[in-house]
Amino acid sequence: MKIITLDKMQVGQSGIIQNVVDESVICRRLLEMGVTPKTSLKVVRFAPLGDPMEIELRGYHLLIRKCDAAMIEILLDERTQMNADKRGADERR
Amino acid sequence: MSADKVMTIALVGNPNSGKTTVFNVLTKLRQKVGNYSGVTVEKKSGRMTLANGKKTDVIDLPGTYSLAVRSTDEKAVHDVLFGHMTGTERPDWIVCVLDATNLERNFYLVSQIHDLELPMVIVLNMMDELEAEGKAVDVEKLQAVLGIPVVPMVATKGKGVEALKEILSKETLPAHPRPWRMSEPMEEEVEGLVQWLMKNRNLDRPLAFSEAVIWISKGNIECEHIDADEQLYTLLTGAWERLSVKGVSWRMGAIEARYNWVHKILDGVVRRGSRRKRDMTQKLDAVLIHKVWGWFFFAALMAFMFLLIFTVATYPMDWIDAGFARLAEFVKNVMPAGDLRNLITDGVIAGVGGIVIFLPQILILFFFISLLQDTGYMARAAFIMDRLMNSVGLHGKSFIPLLSSFACAIPGVMSARSIESTKDRLVTILVAPLMTCSARLPVFTLLVAILLPSASVFGKTGIMMLLYALGILGAVVMAWVFKRTLLKGPTPPFIMELPPYRLPSVQSICLHMWERSRIFLKRAGTVIFAFSVVLWALMNYPKHEGVSAAVALEKSYAGQIGMLIEPVIKPLGYDWRIGIGLVGSFTAREIFVSTMSIVFNVGEGGGALTLREAFVRAQWPDGSPLFTPLVCVSLMVFFVYAMQCISSIAVVRRETNSWRWPIFQVVYMGVLAYTAAFLVYQGGRIIGLQ
Repeated sequence: MKIITLDKMQVGQSGIIQNVVDESVICRRLLEMGVTPKTSLKVVRFAPLGDPMEIELRGYHLLIRKCDAAMIEILLDERTQMNADKRGADERR
Repeated sequence: MSADKVMTIALVGNPNSGKTTVFNVLTKLRQKVGNYSGVTVEKKSGRMTLANGKKTDVIDLPGTYSLAVRSTDEKAVHDVLFGHMTGTERPDWIVCVLDATNLERNFYLVSQIHDLELPMVIVLNMMDELEAEGKAVDVEKLQAVLGIPVVPMVATKGKGVEALKEILSKETLPAHPRPWRMSEPMEEEVEGLVQWLMKNRNLDRPLAFSEAVIWISKGNIECEHIDADEQLYTLLTGAWERLSVKGVSWRMGAIEARYNWVHKILDGVVRRGSRRKRDMTQKLDAVLIHKVWGWFFFAALMAFMFLLIFTVATYPMDWIDAGFARLAEFVKNVMPAGDLRNLITDGVIAGVGGIVIFLPQILILFFFISLLQDTGYMARAAFIMDRLMNSVGLHGKSFIPLLSSFACAIPGVMSARSIESTKDRLVTILVAPLMTCSARLPVFTLLVAILLPSASVFGKTGIMMLLYALGILGAVVMAWVFKRTLLKGPTPPFIMELPPYRLPSVQSICLHMWERSRIFLKRAGTVIFAFSVVLWALMNYPKHEGVSAAVALEKSYAGQIGMLIEPVIKPLGYDWRIGIGLVGSFTAREIFVSTMSIVFNVGEGGGALTLREAFVRAQWPDGSPLFTPLVCVSLMVFFVYAMQCISSIAVVRRETNSWRWPIFQVVYMGVLAYTAAFLVYQGGRIIGLQ
């Protein structure tokens, strides 16, 4: 059981949203787009320049900057860690 | 509702739900585009006839994810649905258009609209995509659970449209009272606000409830500068405090409750798919937004677009040019010579022709813009570019308006409408004309030819690229400056849906192009027409008979203005003749070339001189050459930065709804151009250049 923020996740990893911590307008936008606690999500890819990132949740794909993703706490699904490692190794090769 | 009253239907839905396609299918060509009174939000409305022969107004509201307002577009949706929009009737029916493949998030908006207790219909659009994923929706069951009519639809193929019309022609039935509930402490606090709003704001219960939930979910940052009066603000602060003490998140309370309701409603209604979702999209995206190939595709696409704009568009542009020339010829033949004939041929026909000639470029550009939008690539372009745009404080969405401005600032400024934040939209509009548009090309071509007569094609292209780079640099620096001073604000958040790739519909692309070109011709046409007449008069009065055209021009008002401003432009290396060209070019840049040919060619050469030769021979009264290399560079720099385009000014005026911004824009760009040209000329002389 490991809790990290969304921006620290790697491509292919998934997890369950624990909390959205910020108290700004952006927070409400995220909540309204369905980024609410107990929702599961998956990281699909990062933009060519490394930011923003694409995530999949509630059956659709959402684009979000890393600085905003840092406000979202995720309970990481450890099983997907292996997928991410394997993908990373593939890309390096 | 009395029998002869025209019924109003409002289309509401998330962006990318195909709402506009539904609107197009319902109204066909009977639509008009205007503005909501007092705001720069486009109002799209149209007429349709129902099965019972009843005429009905349809309003296509801007796409939104929520009724809790974030942008001016979304405020328009809120205001129309609440009946607060002046000049627009509160709708009798609400048609909620949903993307059937993405029901969970789309239903969030449904739950908000449901609260209004207005008669509503739910349209499940893109049923074909849902089926392609091997999924199914139990429409009967959904209808029974909600108590609201549900129509499955494939708007692009016209399927389900008759069923929708059938339902709309029946008696309107208000939606049931709210089916979802929040936690008890939230319910209590909201009820308190509802009572206050009903009493003090004169709202009926459903509206008061909707407002109360929106208010309570907003934080104090958002509630500070809104129309909340002291009393309401105190009430809210109290509610937030009591809830926080009880450990209830007022921020998430209502939103989570809605999503819980959505989950319950959809449970057992949507059958899971057998095939992988977005298979095709995933495969395409693996290439199109790949770290390396993504850039290649992006660059190739943009290059292809500009190639079409600068090559293919020249053919119809030549036809238009020839057409107007023939028209002028025709008028010359049928009308007796005189001022009126000259006004019509040289003023009106030349002036109007000068705008219409840009129509092919604008059509091509908007063809691409709507193609990119409808296929879903636009969101990807923003995704790719956001990091770069972010570094000057802009949003990824500002990229397309700026890019479009390379062809022409007019569509660029118009396409800035997709930017949510007002400030960022303004910054984008303010810097868009700094991007080197196609109207500068004739001027640059001429000046490059004088500067480097013997240079190879590559040398000339190199200079051109440099000029483009100067324009981009100016835009980047000015955007950075505006974001930190005049239009100070945080970098807008980038929270965007990435829709799957979809086949575009020919009908909607054509409608979009038609709509945009009509707006362009109408808006810019009226103003440029008036200014062309004024410029024509300045160059032709007072009249001097029996002298050469060049001398007549010298004595005209325009010539006098040129003389008058000579002291001001002399530090840039220009004489009064260039001054006339500059005065003329403030209506449109390319006019500089035609004005210059009148000034130089006719007078000095006595005939067969090309404009380039005339330029080379032009001298100051003391015999020194006028067009030194330094003057050419100074002129180029001036044209890179100056806002010399009446049509753009007119469009900025329309888009910002005030004269303040276009005037500011003309002034700041003028100062920028003058300073840059001054530095080039004087700096060049100091280091000994000619």
